[in-house]
Amino acid sequence: MIDPEILKALGISSPEELFEDIPAEARISSLKLPEPMDERDFIRHFKKIVSKNITVSETPSFLGGGVYRHYIPAAVREILARSEFYTSYTPYQPEASQGMLQAMFEYQSYMSILTGMDIVNSSMYDWSTALGEAALMCHRIRRGSRFLIARSTSPVRKRVLEMYLRGIDASVEEIPFDPETSRLSVDSLEDKLKGEVFGFYLENPNLFGVMDENVFEVSDLLGEVPLVIGADPLSLAIMKPPSEYGADIVIGEGHHLGTDPNFGGPLLGIFGCRKEHLRKMPGRIIGATTDATGKRAFCMTLQTREQHIRRDKATSNICTNESLMALAACAYLAALGGTGFRGVALENLEKAKDLSGRISEIDGFRSPRFDAPHFNEFAVGCDIPVDRLRKRLLEGGIQIGPSLSKDFPEVGEAVVIAVSELHTEDELNKLISSLEGTA
Amino acid sequence: MNYHQASYDEPLLFEIGSSDDDFDVSLLRDIPKQIRREALPLPDIPEREVFKHFVRLSQMNFSVDSGFYPLGSCTMKYNPKLAEQVARYSKVTDLHPEQDPSTVQGALQIMNELEGYLAEIGGVDAVTLQPAAGAQGEFTGLQIVRAYHSDRGGDRNEVIVPDTAHGTNPASAAMAGYDLIEIPSKSGHVDCDALEAIVGNDTAALMLTNPNTLGIFERDVIGIADIVHRAGALLYYDGANLNAIMGRSTPGSMNFDIVHFNLHKTFATPHGGGGPGAGPVGVKQFLEPYLPVPRIVRKGDRFDLDYERPKSIGTVRAYVGNFAVLVRAYCYIRMMGAEGLRDASLHAVANANYLRAKLEKLFELPFGGRRMHEFVLSGRSLKERGLRTFDFAKRLLDHGFHSPTVYFPHIVDEAMMIEPTETESSDTLDRFVAAFEAILHEDPEIVQTAPHNTSVGRVDEVKAARNLIFNFGSLKALEK
Repeated sequence: MIDPEILKALGISSPEELFEDIPAEARISSLKLPEPMDERDFIRHFKKIVSKNITVSETPSFLGGGVYRHYIPAAVREILARSEFYTSYTPYQPEASQGMLQAMFEYQSYMSILTGMDIVNSSMYDWSTALGEAALMCHRIRRGSRFLIARSTSPVRKRVLEMYLRGIDASVEEIPFDPETSRLSVDSLEDKLKGEVFGFYLENPNLFGVMDENVFEVSDLLGEVPLVIGADPLSLAIMKPPSEYGADIVIGEGHHLGTDPNFGGPLLGIFGCRKEHLRKMPGRIIGATTDATGKRAFCMTLQTREQHIRRDKATSNICTNESLMALAACAYLAALGGTGFRGVALENLEKAKDLSGRISEIDGFRSPRFDAPHFNEFAVGCDIPVDRLRKRLLEGGIQIGPSLSKDFPEVGEAVVIAVSELHTEDELNKLISSLEGTA
Repeated sequence: MNYHQASYDEPLLFEIGSSDDDFDVSLLRDIPKQIRREALPLPDIPEREVFKHFVRLSQMNFSVDSGFYPLGSCTMKYNPKLAEQVARYSKVTDLHPEQDPSTVQGALQIMNELEGYLAEIGGVDAVTLQPAAGAQGEFTGLQIVRAYHSDRGGDRNEVIVPDTAHGTNPASAAMAGYDLIEIPSKSGHVDCDALEAIVGNDTAALMLTNPNTLGIFERDVIGIADIVHRAGALLYYDGANLNAIMGRSTPGSMNFDIVHFNLHKTFATPHGGGGPGAGPVGVKQFLEPYLPVPRIVRKGDRFDLDYERPKSIGTVRAYVGNFAVLVRAYCYIRMMGAEGLRDASLHAVANANYLRAKLEKLFELPFGGRRMHEFVLSGRSLKERGLRTFDFAKRLLDHGFHSPTVYFPHIVDEAMMIEPTETESSDTLDRFVAAFEAILHEDPEIVQTAPHNTSVGRVDEVKAARNLIFNFGSLKALEK
């Protein structure tokens, strides 16, 4: 019911008069939706449906590939639950939004230290769209028709990259990896660099978890061609920032710093670049300034790159981003501190190394599949088809990723195993004994 | 007026803690030496200090939960708390996107049902939940437009938008590789003659929002659709303003072919300080084959993910969508039901007109008359007192209200775009009107230097663009 005061103020007798501009042909009589529920009924209904899910916290899961489960300190969850943050919007009025603005500035600061980039924006949708946007940005920096990527790039991200490049009519070409180590084949890159190349993308660690130290040769080869590096920010606690090996743009996935996997969304696209490319960068940027009295303050800046000002000349169409996820990452890094964050990274690396060693002792498996040091995940070569292995492990309540053979026939039957500090000794033992049972 | 926002001289995290420089580098022995990081200057901070920091920041942040947020075109309605609660269940949060479909049947069922509800509300036949935000929905829709035309053997290179369109429309069109044609509006409406003159064999699509950004319903929408369709082009609905029409009309019944939904607007999922949102896209049956993969399919009482769709445009972001946002929208729709949604739109429109009727006595309402869920005032009369809309918006903050969207749409001089939404009481609206009246009687000097009651005073945005300080490192260097 409409407040009669409102009808009176509008000088109408029926609220339907408010809709008289809608032509008869465009009207509908009613919506066909299920009957409304109250809170109690909805909770019952919802719990019944989601109880069919088997979560990665209930059973051992070794899935990774960009989405990971890490321990989230209680304090971080409580910070994220503050509705002063989550029910605000883009800080168009900086004076009333200093809280979110300062947190975004802090997020940018953390990510600048991790990536070594002069400027990191306050988020993209996810790693895959950050890759698409990075390629478009490379095209603004240096015109051309070919974008090169390391073949050891996640196929999930390759598909999104291809989508983002459709508008500029560019081709994506892959640079093979060394079959023994999966490190970039630098010679192949050199061969492919002739012609209209406008950028090169490499993930480090790569899809197989391998840390690539050949990267130092890449930037010299590229010359003026922009180098884009994709990295897990957790790995950057213990690996050199990509700026030190010549990256122009650094991207990555940051959701696992402070938020759960959530079936793959929302995620957090990290996007940073060197300052010479600043004005070609997509996304929202928070800058420091002062207020009228000289007090330190923060606001959105360089908005003339953005869609609401520049329209079709904008550097991107992005408007709504993943600010709350950036807040989570900021709170997570604050809660862990540098020491805690490095500790988690090291623990993940050591745990992956130990697990890989244990798997290598089982007949029928080659672990790691590639002969090179890896971070928190590693490829395992299998004598039996991974699809069969996956199914058999699933019967025992263990989840592993899909076979690499579909996207990488040259690798053969293999699967990536991801571990984190959340895996218990029992869970690891369960995987080992299950693998022993399948050999 | 008794509003005062909390104001702390809250240091940056980097000024609260200090980093541990005595790290034992030998612990990094398993990392190839060349690529090993040796210094990590991130501060270590006691948890008590971390928590205090973020609580203080939160208190310096205006939000829907703390006040009226009439930001036009953003639909800042109240976000039901039940949706927050259920989205935090571990049965929702602890799912990995690469799990075997047999282990995520509940998640797929929720998504499948939500697709159906959105299809009904949008008057379309099929929906994808993949796009991460409204703008990505537009990008997805335009890829569908491209695939459709290219399938019919005729590549078309132009997208038309009205001059009142949201900035994302032209930006998405450009990103999808289209040339942009902007048509001027006539008396606040699409100029059908101008449209007729412009459409042709190069037109791929017209992007429109209805009601438009002035809050005016395009009465000729069926005629507009005819013009577009006769030219062989498609009609795209920007769902930003869907909150005005639920249960009374649908984009489908207005003959739109493609529509995106902003779940963070119409379906009450929180805006998250800028995101996440979700921008599902719905299409009429003839465009269904082009939707992104994977598609959620139902086989009897089982759900699965289908990647084998030869005509699909591909994938616009990793995985199936912003699931945690989708769950909140699902909760909202199930709690509201058909009548609840229809009622929400009714109250949204009634509230907007109530405010419009009161405020048009104070400010000019270009293209007068009734509005739908939002309206745009011109603040140009403020110039007589040496003021601008900018100043007025800042002064509203002092009165405890978030400012409207300002300086958009561009066709209105000194624009103030106001969208109250259905969740605000008439009492709140009255107090908002009272604030408008009060400010108009205040000393212009106070207004011009506003805000005064927020955590910081007027922010120097020019200086931010000049100094280019984007992180603590540069700030420390500058302040030295």
